Amino acid sequence: MKNFTYQRAESSESAINLIAGNAGAKFLGGGTNLVDLMRENIEQPDALVDVTRLSSEIEETADGGIRIGAAAKNTAVANHQLIRQRFPVLSQAILFGASGQIRNMATAGGNLLQRTRCYYFYDEAAKCNKRAPDSGCEAIGGFNRIHAILGTSDSCIATHPSDMCVALAALDAKILVEGANGKREIAFNDFHKLPENTPNIETDLKDGELITAIEIPKTDFAKNSLYRKVRDRASYAFALVSVAAIVETENDLIKNVRIALGGVAHKPWRATDAENFLTEKTATEENFRSATEAELKAAKGFGHNDFKIELAKRTIVSALKELAENGGGK
Amino acid sequence: MSENGTVSLNLQINGEKHDLQIEPRVSLLDALREFIGLTGTKKGCNQGACGACTVLVDGERINSCFALAVQYEGREITTIEGLATGDELHALQAAFIEHDGFQCGYCTPGQICSAVGMFNEFQNNLPSAVSAKMTGDYEFSDEEIKERMSGNLCRCGAYVGIVDAIHEAFDAEAKR
Repeated sequence: MKNFTYQRAESSESAINLIAGNAGAKFLGGGTNLVDLMRENIEQPDALVDVTRLSSEIEETADGGIRIGAAAKNTAVANHQLIRQRFPVLSQAILFGASGQIRNMATAGGNLLQRTRCYYFYDEAAKCNKRAPDSGCEAIGGFNRIHAILGTSDSCIATHPSDMCVALAALDAKILVEGANGKREIAFNDFHKLPENTPNIETDLKDGELITAIEIPKTDFAKNSLYRKVRDRASYAFALVSVAAIVETENDLIKNVRIALGGVAHKPWRATDAENFLTEKTATEENFRSATEAELKAAKGFGHNDFKIELAKRTIVSALKELAENGGGK
Repeated sequence: MSENGTVSLNLQINGEKHDLQIEPRVSLLDALREFIGLTGTKKGCNQGACGACTVLVDGERINSCFALAVQYEGREITTIEGLATGDELHALQAAFIEHDGFQCGYCTPGQICSAVGMFNEFQNNLPSAVSAKMTGDYEFSDEEIKERMSGNLCRCGAYVGIVDAIHEAFDAEAKR
């Protein structure tokens, strides 16, 4: 690992000032991804600004939602009483990710900025448009069992690795950021990018902008929600396919439904086609299946990962069935 | 930061203060092993996959390989060397011996520190991926222990003994 300078920020203003104008500087959270990437020489910052001592507060907002300080540890988010009660899908998604040790280190803000675990991205000897723009993509035509089936491009078929983000996509969260030009909010589903021909650009963050908090709006029907993850081991493995789902039914009619998928795309994939199909329809397995057909119509396999298309459909159906049986909170 | 790229910092480990002059890139794991001489904490994969480097920070378990030592100034760090009281082993250390919770022993310091942290989390009512509900009252079952300990690998395959040792050390205290 290349050496670097280290500074600890005591406030978001000082963090932003410390990094301003230094293209080689990065914010450091728990380090569970960045330190690993630095050890592999994939990331080579010459300055780190530690933001783990900034706000980690988790509090109720005036409108009955939740605000999570970016430095909150994953464990603290998963174990927060209001989140467990009102947004169980978020607690579950976090608890289905990583290990106990990593969840105690990793911050909410850092989780949003995790980078793909594509083997070719991690291997300096391989061609990768994300790591070295315009060098090519060896995952296409290579070993791509863990790769994306939705929203891919000729440049990149990597997936976003986070579980937490899949739940946040379903919950319509907002990301609060702060930079030299002031504060702004980013809708969750605009935060992460599809690869197109610039897979090296992964988020909407501008140079030097700091994530300060995540806000989840009040969503009463999110009580009836769950996270279902399919992976190669029973625990501590990235998702092949995962589903964050929220369902509210009334007399067997679907009033509200949210579905987001993990392990299938370059970003947490909000399944709006499936949601639109299901709204105001009866909560039957047949309708659930039809909704998945609508959502996965555009899916494309790359050989080793073809199985993910059917797996995604079945995982969505099983999650929706369970939530519909729970009564949808009514 | 000095001209040779090092920083001075003070780490509090097992109740003792240690002054260090190290580069910011030195991990907490390397600081413990190479600079302080506490070699009980083990380096396995050095990428967060195996858990051999697990230590406790303010009572919470972390992977010291991912931790930059410089980030942990002012925190109370506990390693495997800090669990016993004098010559008296921690209850979990004794239980590991009793139940053959290891063969080669390389993963053992990480397993033990991890289990101590895991039990704190359980007592703090943290749910897990196998907890049936998010509302609390979890059973200290084999299933819960296996899930909560999945960040620690044992290549000898002593898992059955490890789970038994954890039960023996903590069952009486585990809230039902």
